[in-house]
Amino acid sequence: MGGEQCYQETFQISGGDFTNAGEVSSKVKKILQELGVANKVIRRATIATYEAEMNIVWYARQGTLTLSVTPEKLHIKVIDEGEGIADIELAMKEGYSTASPEIREMGFGAGMGLPNIKKNSDEFHIQSVVGQGTVLDIYILR
Amino acid sequence: MTLQEVKEILNAQVIFVPRDLQVEVKMACGCDLMSDVLAFTKEDSLLLTGLTNLQVVRTAEMANVKALVFVRGKEPDRETIALAMEKKIPVMLTDLPMYEACGRLYNRGLPGCSEAEEGSCLVNGR
Repeated sequence: MGGEQCYQETFQISGGDFTNAGEVSSKVKKILQELGVANKVIRRATIATYEAEMNIVWYARQGTLTLSVTPEKLHIKVIDEGEGIADIELAMKEGYSTASPEIREMGFGAGMGLPNIKKNSDEFHIQSVVGQGTVLDIYILR
Repeated sequence: MTLQEVKEILNAQVIFVPRDLQVEVKMACGCDLMSDVLAFTKEDSLLLTGLTNLQVVRTAEMANVKALVFVRGKEPDRETIALAMEKKIPVMLTDLPMYEACGRLYNRGLPGCSEAEEGSCLVNGR
């Protein structure tokens, strides 16, 4: 997935920072609006970004989210340093979750995060190493 | 259905409204699970929820939820209201429990997200 790049920015996300959780996704939404991306595409991108951001806040020590925009597509790359995922196939299953009661109290942890990211992507890749972290590649066509 | 009608049907108190109550919602979703809101709602929905934390407003922002109604008389804290104001998302509060609040709106013709057609969620220039 090549193409001429018209925008790229990397954001830092801190694990455990519940107060600012969602700030990066909010910035991504604003940038996409300013770039004139269609609303339907923005909605898919921000939902996927928000789910990925929340995963870092809850499960990882820290991470980065890189938004790249070309005239054809959006690429959202999410890299975290954390525990990693032992069984990706299981984690991709709707309803499967390892969320703590604290996460559930916030209205999350229903086991919809990763499946929902995939649902909102045109192409989705996930790689994870236990004890090191997880990398997500989310592609959404414009 | 306009937010003014929602307010009257639910006997709701307006906590914050960016402009006026003539804003229209096409459908509604009653949900305390934000994961499910992100997965199943469509654009321009009204969200009824008993959860009052910051993530409700964040979720509304990301999913393009048009307005929020907090049910069961649960008042959101200052931080949550401040974020809704920043994001210009209208917020109302009703004493009704979830089932009754949803039932009253449905009874008056506001459909659920699974019933409303995708196209109808993308009107009004969105």
